[in-house]
Amino acid sequence: MMSEFDPWSTVKNRDIDDEGQQKFDDIIAADEKVEPRDWMPEGYRATVIRQMAQHAHSEVIGMQPEANWILRAPTLLRKSILIAKVQDEAGHGLYLYSATETLGVSRHELEDLLHRGRQKYSSIFNYPTLSWADMGTIGWLVDGAAIVNQIVLQGTSYGPYSRAMVKICKEESFHARQGFSILMALTSGSDAQKAMAQDSMDRWWWPALMMFGPHDSESTHTEESMAWKIKRMSNDDLRQKFIDQTVPQAHYLGLKIPDPELRFDSETEQWRTGEIDWDEFWAVVKGDGPLNRERISHKVRAWEDGAWVRAGASAYADKQVEMLDKSA
Amino acid sequence: MTTKEDTTIATGQFGVYLIRHADDNLVLGQRLAEYVTRAPDLEEELAVANIALDHIGLATHLFTYAATLVDGDTSADDLAMLRSEREYSNVLLVEQPHDGFGDVMVRQFLFDAYQLLLWQALSTSGDSTLSGIAQRAEREATYHLRHSSNWLIRLGDGTSESHSRMQQSINRMWRFTGELFESDELDVAVAASGVGADPVELEGAWRACVADVIDEATLSIPEDPYQASGGRSGIHTEHLGPMLAEMQSLARSYPGLSW
Amino acid sequence: MSYEAHVAPGTDQEKISFGETTDHGHPLWEVFVRPKRGLSHVHVGSLHASDSESAIQNARDSYTRRVEGVSVWVVPSSEIVASDDADSMFAPFEHVPYRHPSFYEIPKEVRRL
Repeated sequence: MMSEFDPWSTVKNRDIDDEGQQKFDDIIAADEKVEPRDWMPEGYRATVIRQMAQHAHSEVIGMQPEANWILRAPTLLRKSILIAKVQDEAGHGLYLYSATETLGVSRHELEDLLHRGRQKYSSIFNYPTLSWADMGTIGWLVDGAAIVNQIVLQGTSYGPYSRAMVKICKEESFHARQGFSILMALTSGSDAQKAMAQDSMDRWWWPALMMFGPHDSESTHTEESMAWKIKRMSNDDLRQKFIDQTVPQAHYLGLKIPDPELRFDSETEQWRTGEIDWDEFWAVVKGDGPLNRERISHKVRAWEDGAWVRAGASAYADKQVEMLDKSA
Repeated sequence: MTTKEDTTIATGQFGVYLIRHADDNLVLGQRLAEYVTRAPDLEEELAVANIALDHIGLATHLFTYAATLVDGDTSADDLAMLRSEREYSNVLLVEQPHDGFGDVMVRQFLFDAYQLLLWQALSTSGDSTLSGIAQRAEREATYHLRHSSNWLIRLGDGTSESHSRMQQSINRMWRFTGELFESDELDVAVAASGVGADPVELEGAWRACVADVIDEATLSIPEDPYQASGGRSGIHTEHLGPMLAEMQSLARSYPGLSW
Repeated sequence: MSYEAHVAPGTDQEKISFGETTDHGHPLWEVFVRPKRGLSHVHVGSLHASDSESAIQNARDSYTRRVEGVSVWVVPSSEIVASDDADSMFAPFEHVPYRHPSFYEIPKEVRRL
């Protein structure tokens, strides 16, 4: 069951171990980090693997909607910035796969699970990017929402995950800002550009709110994840945080939020929104979003097309080792 | 911008010279950008994006400088987005499409070996702006050549499948290499005035470098002597048109706006 | 970016057992970067590569995109020898307080000690 790459493995420690459990509980209670070679309950390990892997998959799949506009970027600078952003996303995927591999599972296995639909990625990436303005909106709303979550995740209990989050956070603010700057240019531009920005807002606002997941009452894993301090804040609290920081930004841009029920609650000093369309949310989660199939088939195709390359590189490396052995 | 009276190069002509190299880099950068999300693994995604950024960044610097030298009130973005395929002056090699990683790396390798020699030569250009651009481009080309050479060797001397695919890519791209070293009046003039490099001078070193790597890769140079030509005068293969149409579509749909 | 993938209620999060694929791809390498002259190398993460030359090149693109002029080490992960954290050999030396500067009371008038 073990992959070969296990200098970090905790498998041999994972049998029921009262002393290990006590140490683990103490670490969690003291807000310290669980490290790869610590004893940990099987459920903790499985949950952390799944969460990190799916986070990594999300970064990689998330490259596709934005890559769609690299070739048509309206200026040389915008083209460069967009490539850099997409490259960062690949890099973030790499940090996260790297963190996941500390738990004794290989990236190959994880990618295989993604390709076969047995591990998932964030549903937001199943929506199409239909105009240049979407590059702005994705940076502002989608990265913006992710940042709210990942700032809090810097405090997650698993050490490698927490450190990956800190590294990602440092690189992330460029992403949100470049998105906002695209929208600033559009909303202060021609009527056609303003309309492009508003149309984009109309399509991405609700999917961005859906990124935070179902109400906590409907979320199957929140309680357990919170007890293990993997998850540090509830879905609804994170979503509210995002809404409160984003609504004033929309007002600054002069963009209307597509929610007739939006109002400011002066008692709680929070913005109240209408109800999310949960039918749409669950449909996309289940695989019937606009581009679920395309996103995966694109990824699988790239993987399959690259098989001869990976095999060639491995064969070359093996030949070099053979030559070294012979000459030794 | 010159040291000898009778070899003065006109400002506008120097601009045209710079635009050739800007076009080379923008077209290749755009081709590489097509490959993003299609690489064989995550590490190569990062590498390809890096190289694409280098080429597009270099093109931007060259276009920006050229825009100050040519007639009319123009900008780097105008040069990139508003010229037609008959006005583009890139070599044919960089506009060739790729069908897989082999094509991507062979096209890259053949061009990288040329770029390194070109930017080495231009790093001592009598024009200080160009020599500054060239010094940075030379550093980047060194890295690019190391990367693409690596791939040629690994895949040429990998499995029999990788070997045969790489050989097919070389066979496809080889006919576009001769053009890299063609010299016309402008090349001769910029070299004579000390601000540019005559590509004819680069051919020997290029052949030596390329032969070395192809040999180590256990691959071979095709025997077909035919060489295509015409890019510098805007006579392109049919591949450039659709590529530019896509690249320019948004900028041309909304002319004159800020983004 | 940080993303959660959500699951419909009533669908069990399926128990996945790893090791179903025998192909683990290129070996894993640990990466260490010295970000600036004067500092030590620091572990920054890992990556996959078929050989050391590729590993070093990949490390440049993966871990030094925002830093210039650094030194990078790559080591195959299988070469790392790790201490067992439960091993008492590495327990803090609490029973030798005289090794800690705070053990000694030095009068305030004595400077720079």
